[in-house]
Amino acid sequence: MLTAEEWAIVALSLKVSGAAIVLTLPFAFALAWLLARGRFPGKILLDALVHLPLVVPPVITGWLLLLGFGGNGPIGRLCENLFGLTFMFRWTGAALASAIMALPLMVRAIRLSLEAVDRRLESAARTLGAGPWQTFLAITLPLSLPGVLAGAVLGFARSLGEFGATITFVSNIPGETRTLPLAIYAALQMPGSDAAVARLAGLSVLLSLGALVASEWLVRRGGRGEHHVL
Amino acid sequence: MSFDIDLTVRRGPRTIAARFATTGGITALFGPSGAGKTSVLDMVAGLLRPDAGRIAVGGEVLFDSAAGIDLPPERRRCGYVFQDLRLFPHRKVRDNLLFGWRRAPPAARWLALDEATAFLGIAHLLERLPASLSGGEAQRVAIGRALLSGPRFLAMDEPLSSLDHARRDEILRVVERIRDELNLPILYVSHERAELDRLGVTAIPLG
Repeated sequence: MLTAEEWAIVALSLKVSGAAIVLTLPFAFALAWLLARGRFPGKILLDALVHLPLVVPPVITGWLLLLGFGGNGPIGRLCENLFGLTFMFRWTGAALASAIMALPLMVRAIRLSLEAVDRRLESAARTLGAGPWQTFLAITLPLSLPGVLAGAVLGFARSLGEFGATITFVSNIPGETRTLPLAIYAALQMPGSDAAVARLAGLSVLLSLGALVASEWLVRRGGRGEHHVL
Repeated sequence: MSFDIDLTVRRGPRTIAARFATTGGITALFGPSGAGKTSVLDMVAGLLRPDAGRIAVGGEVLFDSAAGIDLPPERRRCGYVFQDLRLFPHRKVRDNLLFGWRRAPPAARWLALDEATAFLGIAHLLERLPASLSGGEAQRVAIGRALLSGPRFLAMDEPLSSLDHARRDEILRVVERIRDELNLPILYVSHERAELDRLGVTAIPLG
């Protein structure tokens, strides 16, 4: 059904988005925990910073990534020296851009699910002999897990659609950074490629729709419909 | 085993103060709602930190602001039956009952699951989820969960409040049996004088 080239694009998109979510999930959970439970000065500022990628033009996010993680960027150089990890013109850079763009959505979903956990259940667990860490593992985590998974799937869906920051940061290189949206953009530049564009667009919509439905299903199943990501 | 309590805490504009020493059995805190009865239970259980004072149960100091002692709740061995029960919704009755039991040191497990379920008449509920229980059933599971955690004393917050008349009598009989057969000191919160008269308690007025 799909051509080899289309399969390669889909596979690359899934790899980039998958890596982005695995990379983001621990940070997103930690940030969501801080925002849901923490009391510290500057919380509003942190909240705003986390949400920034949602509202600034993606081209600016891409440019900032270029400054920070590019060949001459301080973090980029650190990563190369420490782990031999480079981002420029590589799929790892596409994953990083997707991760940053998916972060706000994931933090939002996870934060909602953490805030929905009844703290009185946690205090009950404490009186029954569970320390703070055991209480987290036995009560907080399982009760918030559907929301955490839904947040991850939502972030995955967002990653699949990532375009602006990616093309600014790591360009549009076939087989390396050309994910579905970038492939559609490339096809649009060529005359007479309407059919190819339509096929890629259809694929993209199907993948995103599937991820969103999965996300909502997870929340409904776990939260008994008490809150929604969508 | 007895309660030896002297504590104060500020909650917003109000100051809650309680001072009493008892010799065992059931000690009841009574008073109008808002008098701070639940706050006193929370402080004894370690869920609310007093501003100052001392809490000792059966000679063991759980909190002493002057000596800098403040045991965390998981080390106080307080079987707390909450007014709102707080059964874990994602776990079956069996796992709710065993939650504290599994975490108690083996020497502290003075009650076994089958004894507790027989005592409370809840053996048939073990595979159910809390959401499917009636008020009286959930109340008995909450009491069982507290008893099975190997507590040295119980804290019961209005254990009859959510029940109709027939169920009240049933739970009162359970409380009487805990008093008579298990010999556990109980700190009991109620605002109904008749309940306390029946239980034959040492009554501590609050507020």
